[in-house]
Amino acid sequence: MFGFGDKTNSLTMNEPVPESLLDTGAQGVISRPLDRVDGPLKVSGTATYAAEYAVPGLVHGVLVGAKIGHGKVLAIDVEAAKRVPGVIDVVVDFDTFIRNAQQGGEEGAPTQGVKQVDYFGQIVAIVLADTYEAAREAALSLPVEYEYKAGTYDFEAHKDEAETPPRGLIPPHYSQGDPDTTYDAAPVKLDVTYVTPSQNSAAMEPHASIAMWEDDALTLYGAYQMPTSDASQLAKSLGVSVSKVRIISRYIGGGFGSKLGIAPESVAAAVAAKQLGRPVKAVMMRQQVFEATPRRSNTEQRIRLGCDADGRIVSFVHDSLVANLPGESFFEPVGIGSHSLYCGENRRINHDMVRLNLGLTGSMRAPGEAVGMVGVECAIDELAEQMGMDPIELRRINDPLKDPEKDVPFSSRMLTRALDEGARRFGWNQRNATPGSRREGEWLVGIGVAAATRNNQLQKSSAKIELKPDGTAVVSSAMTDIGTGSYTIMAQIAAEVLGLPVERIVMKLGDTNDPPAAGSGGSWGAASAGSAVYLAAEALREQLAKAMEVDPGDLTLKDGEAIGGNRRRSIAELVGDGMEATGEIVPGKQEKQFTQASYGAHFAEVGVNVVTGEVRVRRMLGVFAAGRVLNAKTARSQCLGGMTFGIGCALTEDLIHDPRNGKLVNRDLAEYHVPVNADVPQLEVHFLDERDIHANPIHAKGIGELGISGAAPAVVNAIYNACGVRVRNLPVTCDKLLAGLPAL
Amino acid sequence: MKLFTYERAASADAAVAEGAAPGTKFIAGGTNLLDLMKLQIETPERLVDISRLPLNTIDEREDGGLTIGALVPNSDLAADPRVIERYEVLSRALLAGASGQLRNKASTGGNLLQRTRCYYFYDTAMPCNKRAPGSGCSAIDGYNRILAVLGTSDKCIATHPSDMAVAMRALDATVVTQKADGDRRRIAIGDLYRLPGDTPEVETVLEPGELITAIELPVPVEGARHLYRKVRDRASYAFALVSVAGVVTMDGDTVASAALAFGGLGPMPWRDPAVEAAIVGKPASDASFAAAADALLANAKGFGSNDFKIPLARRTLIASLRELTGV
Repeated sequence: MFGFGDKTNSLTMNEPVPESLLDTGAQGVISRPLDRVDGPLKVSGTATYAAEYAVPGLVHGVLVGAKIGHGKVLAIDVEAAKRVPGVIDVVVDFDTFIRNAQQGGEEGAPTQGVKQVDYFGQIVAIVLADTYEAAREAALSLPVEYEYKAGTYDFEAHKDEAETPPRGLIPPHYSQGDPDTTYDAAPVKLDVTYVTPSQNSAAMEPHASIAMWEDDALTLYGAYQMPTSDASQLAKSLGVSVSKVRIISRYIGGGFGSKLGIAPESVAAAVAAKQLGRPVKAVMMRQQVFEATPRRSNTEQRIRLGCDADGRIVSFVHDSLVANLPGESFFEPVGIGSHSLYCGENRRINHDMVRLNLGLTGSMRAPGEAVGMVGVECAIDELAEQMGMDPIELRRINDPLKDPEKDVPFSSRMLTRALDEGARRFGWNQRNATPGSRREGEWLVGIGVAAATRNNQLQKSSAKIELKPDGTAVVSSAMTDIGTGSYTIMAQIAAEVLGLPVERIVMKLGDTNDPPAAGSGGSWGAASAGSAVYLAAEALREQLAKAMEVDPGDLTLKDGEAIGGNRRRSIAELVGDGMEATGEIVPGKQEKQFTQASYGAHFAEVGVNVVTGEVRVRRMLGVFAAGRVLNAKTARSQCLGGMTFGIGCALTEDLIHDPRNGKLVNRDLAEYHVPVNADVPQLEVHFLDERDIHANPIHAKGIGELGISGAAPAVVNAIYNACGVRVRNLPVTCDKLLAGLPAL
Repeated sequence: MKLFTYERAASADAAVAEGAAPGTKFIAGGTNLLDLMKLQIETPERLVDISRLPLNTIDEREDGGLTIGALVPNSDLAADPRVIERYEVLSRALLAGASGQLRNKASTGGNLLQRTRCYYFYDTAMPCNKRAPGSGCSAIDGYNRILAVLGTSDKCIATHPSDMAVAMRALDATVVTQKADGDRRRIAIGDLYRLPGDTPEVETVLEPGELITAIELPVPVEGARHLYRKVRDRASYAFALVSVAGVVTMDGDTVASAALAFGGLGPMPWRDPAVEAAIVGKPASDASFAAAADALLANAKGFGSNDFKIPLARRTLIASLRELTGV
């Protein structure tokens, strides 16, 4: 598909790659905790984000959200908007505007057409003005006439109408053996239901696009995680050839899944720019980010675990209800981790969908595991207590040697080691299994544990490296850095293989004019684009060997010099007029022949205020095994961020819709509570040394979502240990604990 | 944000003269007003900027009290050594509110006049009697977790969001104003606010153009223990679900004096003499603390998702009184 001709070093992962140049490289930069190469730009405010490009003749656009939950737009009073000084026009294109964002990686357009309103806040028009303020004034007071229809807004009221969604990353329904009969017959049984609320990624940077047309070609500065597929989505939405759409996303101020696919502001800006013949900027207001970008579905998870007297699970049932808009195929894959986390010959992992007129649900950091692990890992904690067994021991007993559903081994798996290592580091043996037995002043103190797992993915990606005559290398790819450290680890990979100091690597990411890549999502970015960079560098290494007239195996590259055949020459000299190569990684049979996932263990200590029920996390530890750690500092930061998300999931984040009309109630950062610094104590991260030769040639697995997967249930389990109140309805806010606390 | 004119007041006299005109608002720190204007919840036609008026000092009065200029930033007030030493509850309340950046910008006078954080007040797509009188209250039958259980009406159940004002109420602060005609008046903080009743859009007794110029704190209570306890959904940067400001003196085991004010419960910083009467002159005990909680919550009414505030307030008050009295 990519078609790079002879100079592409393409690898399909059909076989393991036991040898990696990252292990034999002489430069010694891989895995080192280097500061971010883009750090100085960011802290000095000189990294240009999508909304910040100074484009001559720029028109400011502000989006207009529907003020009904379901119905139809009858009329928009464009003239009223034009009476606001500075307003140029209102662009209304009912057919082309997109109803909602697209999911990540899709090639096609998202659902289009906005005359019919399917959720409160659906973008129906864009007001254009000379200034942002004028556009906002007119947009907020734009008279829109609606026809109201009855909508479905209440999850509880419509649960009975749940339907089977189409297949996603996993099948919606899976069953093996006889889970019901074996459950009924099991000597030990647990049947619990956990509820998790809807959440929003709430990235610091709002969704933003600047659209510019030159003849029939569109350039869009966007805040997008996956420019390659986003360009395809945008082209399809606009009815133009993908070759005519260029997306540039150099820096992204957080995505967490909400910027995987194109969002309504991109199409609105592009349509408006075309109509007006001028570049148009559209930045979502914070309230619009909450209303009109993907949210994580709320979930209701019924977990039934049947086990024998020794704790071996014989029946594992995880039935989930999730929600999405009518016509949308994505379902929150709540049970994705359940498929391979624990033993159990008899299994059922089901997902059913409640159709609601609430904003689109889609991927948010670790779709599936982030909330699915809440149900499973809290249930395991409950089962262990019921059996009088240590919860780590129960997990150890049920740690499978091979995939419990497919007859294949794990590519690498360190779940029990992570639990044991974490227990040792955290002081798990200090835990009193009797809840409420440790009190310090007004605080009831408890500790909890949960397993971490996140499926590992590889996505087709490519990258180019040019070796310049001055001995520098330019690495380019449509990969992105959404704040994760991609710029830095890609530079480290190139530097290690090419034997160049990192300072001599010039990184270019986030431009669809560069080789296509899968971008940042699903924790696949480092492994996928990183492998592409690795393969390009490997090809260049062979060219250098050829120029040195040595076998590549006899070549050592270090500090800009090539050593081999008893000769030492500078790489700059060998490069001549310049060399270039493209690398391409393609997923292959290895992901069928091995179940691939990263693993870990979360430990949390919390205090529950005995007077008020306020919960404060006191310390957390995450022990993770995710293959090769490419940069110890950025990897740790990813885990810290994930664990912080976990604290939010456990304690504060709760996106609330008014069941009367589908209106999002808390749509700003004052009332949608993400954790603040004071909520996040000292977090500790420890990596286990691991290489995964089945995953990719750099032996790394995904890390960006591992830190959240399991973090929340560790906190929730710690709350139970602290005060003896099991809250099965997240987030665990003080009101839910109050009734269970001791009398004063 | 609707188009507005902006002018800078050269003096307090000039400010009040300008401020009386219809559609005019004063702006100082702007930490609340600008947010509300951006969302078209407040749509003033004219802003009179008072931020450069010389009302930014904290002065000791001859009677031993403190006069705080209305433009003293919250962070300066919280850090003033005299405030920390003599009015600890005020410093603690200030530091429990907002964030460092907001406190640097927010003024003392403006803090008193913050508007409610009711979700529906903040959303112009929804009916709200406070924002659009007569349109109805979306919160009473809606999601009202953060809203009031005391002093509500069938028109409005909004809470007042300030922490500082709760401490000021416990301290019996006096609000000094200058009216449009130049007259000055002194308003006890308990008289500044109005209950919603049928007119929730009217929140204070201030007249058009009336400018808060200072807040006077009375002579500090000698030998008092101070407390500000704030219960919230996250450790910082969240409005109070319930807060208690307390200034208590003891005579042996007997409560000699008590001033108790509450945040998060009502449409104004709440103070009820019956609560104090339940403990003053009596030995400090859980029995009298329970009686105080009974008095506070006798007329409390929940609206569904805020029902928990009633037991939460009870527990928080009792624990606060234990701390204040050393029982």
